[in-house]
Amino acid sequence: MKTDTTRELLINMGPQHPATHGVLRLVLEVEGEIIKKCTPYIGYLHRGVEKLAEDLTYVQALPLTDRLDYLSSIINNVGFCLAVEKLMGINVPERAKFIRTMMSEMARICSHLVWIATHALDIGAMTVFLYAMRDREKLLEMFEMVTGARLTVSYPRIGGVRCDINDKFLEELDKFIEEFPSKVEEYETLIDRNRVWLKRTIGVGVITAEEAINWGLTGPTLRGSGVYYDVRKFFPYDAYDKVDFEVPIGKNGDVYDRYKCRMLEFRQSAKIIKQCIEKLPTGPILAEESPRIRMPSSPLKINKEDIQFEIYNDDKNAEDFIKKFTEVYASVEAPRGELGFYIVCDDSAKPYRMRVRAPSFVHAGVLPKLCEGSLIADVIANIGSIDIVLGECDR
Amino acid sequence: MMETFYIILITILKTALYFGVLMLHVAYATYAERKVIGHIQLRLGPMVVGPHGLLQPIADVIKLIFKEDIIPSNVDKKIFTIAPLISLTAALSTFAVIPVTDKWFIADINVGILYVLGILGVGTYGIIFAGWSSNSKYAFLGGLRSAAQMISYEVALAMSIVGVIIMAESFNLTEIVNRQAQYPLGMFLFPQIIGYFVFIVAMLAETNRVPFDLPEAETELVAGYFVEYSGIRFSLFYLAEYLAMFCMSALATICFWGGWTIPPFLLKIFPFLSIVPGVVWFLLKVYFHMFLFFWFRGTLPRYRYDQLMAIGWKVLIPLALFNIILTSLIKYYS
Amino acid sequence: MDPIEIVKRIKNKFPDEVLWFRCFREECDITVKKDKIREILTYLKNTPTLDFNYLIDLTAVDYLGFREPRFDVVYHLMSIKYRHRLRIKAQVPEQACCISSICDIWNTAEWFERECFDMFGIEFTGHPDLRRILMPEDWDGFPLRKDYPVFSDLADKEWSTFKELKEKAKQWKGNED
Repeated sequence: MKTDTTRELLINMGPQHPATHGVLRLVLEVEGEIIKKCTPYIGYLHRGVEKLAEDLTYVQALPLTDRLDYLSSIINNVGFCLAVEKLMGINVPERAKFIRTMMSEMARICSHLVWIATHALDIGAMTVFLYAMRDREKLLEMFEMVTGARLTVSYPRIGGVRCDINDKFLEELDKFIEEFPSKVEEYETLIDRNRVWLKRTIGVGVITAEEAINWGLTGPTLRGSGVYYDVRKFFPYDAYDKVDFEVPIGKNGDVYDRYKCRMLEFRQSAKIIKQCIEKLPTGPILAEESPRIRMPSSPLKINKEDIQFEIYNDDKNAEDFIKKFTEVYASVEAPRGELGFYIVCDDSAKPYRMRVRAPSFVHAGVLPKLCEGSLIADVIANIGSIDIVLGECDR
Repeated sequence: MMETFYIILITILKTALYFGVLMLHVAYATYAERKVIGHIQLRLGPMVVGPHGLLQPIADVIKLIFKEDIIPSNVDKKIFTIAPLISLTAALSTFAVIPVTDKWFIADINVGILYVLGILGVGTYGIIFAGWSSNSKYAFLGGLRSAAQMISYEVALAMSIVGVIIMAESFNLTEIVNRQAQYPLGMFLFPQIIGYFVFIVAMLAETNRVPFDLPEAETELVAGYFVEYSGIRFSLFYLAEYLAMFCMSALATICFWGGWTIPPFLLKIFPFLSIVPGVVWFLLKVYFHMFLFFWFRGTLPRYRYDQLMAIGWKVLIPLALFNIILTSLIKYYS
Repeated sequence: MDPIEIVKRIKNKFPDEVLWFRCFREECDITVKKDKIREILTYLKNTPTLDFNYLIDLTAVDYLGFREPRFDVVYHLMSIKYRHRLRIKAQVPEQACCISSICDIWNTAEWFERECFDMFGIEFTGHPDLRRILMPEDWDGFPLRKDYPVFSDLADKEWSTFKELKEKAKQWKGNED
């Protein structure tokens, strides 16, 4: 006999869906429009970057990092280079540091532009998309001027950058930075004082400061909740300790505060770039001891005297083991959050293990927490506000 | 006998003419929409087919007709095929009573407004059927959203016109236009400004347009109720949507903007304008309302489902009721 | 706080657990036994003077052929208040390849542990939902282990599910004719 049973409607959102930013798949259990349970499935873009890197030399592994967060590839490159430089003890020349900082901030603006474009499009404001793309195009053209590539640039090198920048580039960049704040205001006039936008974002997807820390959020997603943590300030790298900038902090931890944080970061990035142009020193752009691509099999020279250790058990092999494997963790403030590279080196020319700590991966994990109990439309707003890139999430 | 035949023949001819003109309008409304939004978004819009892309709608129609008509497995075939027809028929039928000038109409019935509102409500069935029969969860949710939305906003829509009806003392659309001559600027727009506001908002919701395009919210439900449709059936839904937009614009023109009449003050300043036929004025006013639709789409984000309902029931309906009371009181004491 | 001092404090608190520590380029890592990892991490998180409230990363490293026990589960901790970082490494042998889960201490560990399980096959006891996360559910083997075949004949083999799918497609096609 058939009995009357009720059950929740299961909605399979993605991996092919206009608003899941790539190939994120969410299985939503809904009751009416209210979400009872949200289960994210990732891995559709898994390319095994960590495994691939184990078979490539440090120099060869660099382009792999472009493909992680393809919207801000330079920052990924910088993160990897920082880790290897730390491992090898290379000092990067000042000019290269400033160029990297400048380019990183350009990439951050680029990435945030894509974020505001897609976030607004998800909530229904189409026009912002094309406004943001207009300005991103200019930045991409500038990337092309220096690096020859627009998206996956592979511009930084271990120990510096690949090629020097010229005056024409600086001129263009200066012009862009001059007018960029007014462009940001343009986006804000379209959405920031719009009643519909405010209604869709304020109070949606709230995450408190303690929860945000507990969930391991980083970047603007964490700062939207009012936690002051920015890798650029906490563990300064490149030239970030030589430029003056602020870290915008939110309060309520809802979609609107995260949005606001990123909008304020636009202006801070512009400020950093401006200072970099002014303070740009002259000199070499690549360190002497930088590994070259023609010598792939030469082992790394790591001074074993740098290792300080103490063994508390009677394992005889321990000392050899400790001396053989050296490891470092270096992180950068990517547009999405803390992007960390953990590299274990076994003295060969290839990394023994390269681990990528991807902010998108962590942020995708918090989606169920943000979405449960809200409406279907809020899922879209939440995905937009945590700003994930699946290339980085799945690696 | 001969006379009846004559009347029938005339009506058929008129209907055919109406139909042809409407189809052309819908085709070029899509073109206009793309152009308007394109320019809002710093683009050019269609530019390739014909000069300034003028032949683009025709190319689109040809493409849609020759596209394969895919019927997914496990759909309820009968309802699936009939749903777009219901929507289209409902949208088309409304034009039977809409007068373009005081002499040009297919039927001049005494309860014109009620007929239009009633028929428009039927269009909802097409959407619900499409959502239900598609055997797709996205379409289903879109259909449900649409049902709830249409029912809520139809109330507000009807109530916003009650003020006009009270002032015109008639349900007849021609009569409503004629009555507006005695009012300032020759329209009900200013005495009925609250009603007009409610009407505009409800009109956007009724036609599923931004910011109330929840049934077809692209980023949430992919395409909502017609996600499983393709080819000609898809275009029928599209057609119905644009026809409904035209119908709403025509209704707004007739009820609030004085239909085909020329604003008297304009005639005073430029007397030569009297040679411009009424149909031109009518169309200009309709085009203005169509432009509003496109303009909103270019600027506004989308409301959420619960917010939409709240606006409908907590803001628009009380406002419309207040308007009715105000209008009747003024009418009674003057 | 000086990292060596942190190490000393852990050493005093858990004298039998700490195997060795190492400092390299101003980064400290402590290698511990896996049994009391929960207690150590809870201690680090809840001691106000250390305040390691933030789990940055959780991963594993495979030292096949170099060391027994084979795996290290690596925890990267950070304190937002004191701005210091610390690396804790817990040794996990190949047999009884498990370690207790720390999901309830840091929610973020939930996905990290799933990934770790997916890539290394290390089981996290007490994890509420230990499934594969990046690889397909029915994947054989653990890709980031050092003995996972990269260039071997196994790489030419077809993935079993894909094979089944092809079979099914053939059958389905046959039925349609």
